[in-house]
Amino acid sequence: MAIVYQKSKGLTDVEFHYCPGCTHGIVHKLVAETLEELNILDNAVGVAPVGCSVFAYNYFNCDMQGAAHGRAPAVATGIKRVLPEHVVFTYQGDGDLAAIGTAEIVHAAMRGEKFTTIFINNAIYGMTGGQMAPTTLVGQRATTAPLGREREHYGSPIRMSEMLATIDGAAYIERVTVTTPANIIKAKRAIKKAFQLQIEGKGFTMIEVLSTCPTNWGLTPVEALEWVKEKMGPFFPLGVFRDITAEEAK
Amino acid sequence: MAKELWKGNEAIAEAAIRAGCRCYFGYPITPQSEIPEYMSLHMPKVGGIFLQSESEVAAINMVYGASGAGARVMTSSSSPGVSLKQEGISYICSAELPAVIVNVMRGGPGLGTIQPAQGDYFQATRGGGHGDYRVIVFAPANIQEVVDLMQDSFELADKYRMPVMMIMDGMIGQMMEPVEWKKPAVKLEDLPAKPWATTGTKGMRAPNVINSLFIDPNASNDHNMRLHAKYQHIIANEQRYETAETEDAELIFVAFGTPARLARAAARLLEEEGIKAGVFRPITIWPYPYDALYEAAAQDSVKAVVTVEMNTGQMIDDVRIAVRGCKPVSFVGQAGGRVPTPQEVAAAARLALGR
Amino acid sequence: MASGKVTFRQERCKGCNLCVSVCPAKIIFLDEDNTNIKGYHPATVTEMDKCIGCANCARICPDSIITVERN
Repeated sequence: MAIVYQKSKGLTDVEFHYCPGCTHGIVHKLVAETLEELNILDNAVGVAPVGCSVFAYNYFNCDMQGAAHGRAPAVATGIKRVLPEHVVFTYQGDGDLAAIGTAEIVHAAMRGEKFTTIFINNAIYGMTGGQMAPTTLVGQRATTAPLGREREHYGSPIRMSEMLATIDGAAYIERVTVTTPANIIKAKRAIKKAFQLQIEGKGFTMIEVLSTCPTNWGLTPVEALEWVKEKMGPFFPLGVFRDITAEEAK
Repeated sequence: MAKELWKGNEAIAEAAIRAGCRCYFGYPITPQSEIPEYMSLHMPKVGGIFLQSESEVAAINMVYGASGAGARVMTSSSSPGVSLKQEGISYICSAELPAVIVNVMRGGPGLGTIQPAQGDYFQATRGGGHGDYRVIVFAPANIQEVVDLMQDSFELADKYRMPVMMIMDGMIGQMMEPVEWKKPAVKLEDLPAKPWATTGTKGMRAPNVINSLFIDPNASNDHNMRLHAKYQHIIANEQRYETAETEDAELIFVAFGTPARLARAAARLLEEEGIKAGVFRPITIWPYPYDALYEAAAQDSVKAVVTVEMNTGQMIDDVRIAVRGCKPVSFVGQAGGRVPTPQEVAAAARLALGR
Repeated sequence: MASGKVTFRQERCKGCNLCVSVCPAKIIFLDEDNTNIKGYHPATVTEMDKCIGCANCARICPDSIITVERN
């Protein structure tokens, strides 16, 4: 028998602290597999955010920096400008990227910074205990929106991929999910493409991953996957929002 | 070497490049915008990186990333912008990254004024950000000193793996003075290696992690205690100050930056009246030269100590700590962009002496 | 049909059930007769002969505790 699937060398042996069934673990794995398969672990520098994935620097088997909340794109800019031949990535949640760090991600995209951002959108603040995120759906309950997000009070959620896709400096923007093995394979393909385009120097790349938060959604991990499909999917459609290579091919 | 006429802000930038700085991130703000302007033109000529960021918040975090990647890096701003950088400075201190931060101070609080002031003394010396941390703070009084201290700033930043701040009022940034380039430019190949930097493992070592999170209470305590020990070492070894005519003086002015020059002028006015006044000038305002100031103030000849500041009295707290109540301490100053005149300073000295 | 074999690093299992939910052969279950050091009933397989080695379980496992082999 031959091994067809095992834990990636892109991950350290440190046990994830994530709640049972949290999809952060799946996405970590996809990033790690990508770094391993592209043979860039030795050359990669990752930037961990503030949020549930704050300990990401313990998990990825490459050099890592931990950034202040929302500032990962600025930190990654500093790294990549000093080390242009290295592969640089940020791993950020929706509070980090779509709230406190909105300016940093928009301007990194504008400058066409040649790093890859993995954006975890689970429509909630996980680590701090289920507060409302900018991506929380209208009507969705959160600990700071106990009756559900009201449009009149907070507006509608922000769609970061669509927004960043309007920026010329962005080379590749895709929204994926990890709710099924097939979707996980697609997500991996997207992440790999983003890293490849970074290596080719095409510009800023971001993969948004619709993810779960079973704990703060009050669902089982399996129910949470269904919730992504049923509730998040219609508002956050999957797909490629910007692909500079497709435009170049025209 | 011949002296050259330099504008303060441009001299800061040139001195940084000569000190081996190859990375600058910043955001325009008066009265220091000539620094990023100069950097934008000259940094590329030495193969360095200049990047105008979207905010001071972003700039300081770019400094974090670049420093973590092993570069000799700096940022500069003026008071409101330095307020924005405080978050990043706290993180840089905890993650133990070298960086040089220049604050060409203007009047505050709030948007304040673009005129020179020294209202950021507390911010610089007490830490404007959260947590137990310190930064070494140089307070040069003229452009020559700015230039002379720049190389030291980068060296100390590397040596102690922490930010070194240089603060000066906008006057120094905006004026022109003759400058002599005393030290040869730093050769990058002579700089010490940074084995802790995140430059990729190259398969040769375990991953490096740059980080300020110590979630375990014991680890957090240990980290803070280690930083504290480093700061104590710096307090013991890195104090700098200058005295002028303080021996057997009747009155001692204490001033940093431009007011030290005004205090010298005031001392000369007082000398004409038969009052011997000296000037004690801290060059590092953290670590503060408490013992040296105490020795000067405790002389039998000294009847009063007067601090001269371009704020409403901030350094006076450190002067009182230094003097330990052995002599009366009073304050003279102007804030919000006005510069005290030597006549006003001399008048405060007479008042302090009861004349 | 290909035959496969899965092994679980059971001490790290958090009993999230995601592997159970995607197994086409429906052979994975949380072993209620067993409790790991974390206090979870770890995922397990007894009818290994029915495993097709598709790796769905490993692919979705958030904690990377599953290794899959196939003929």
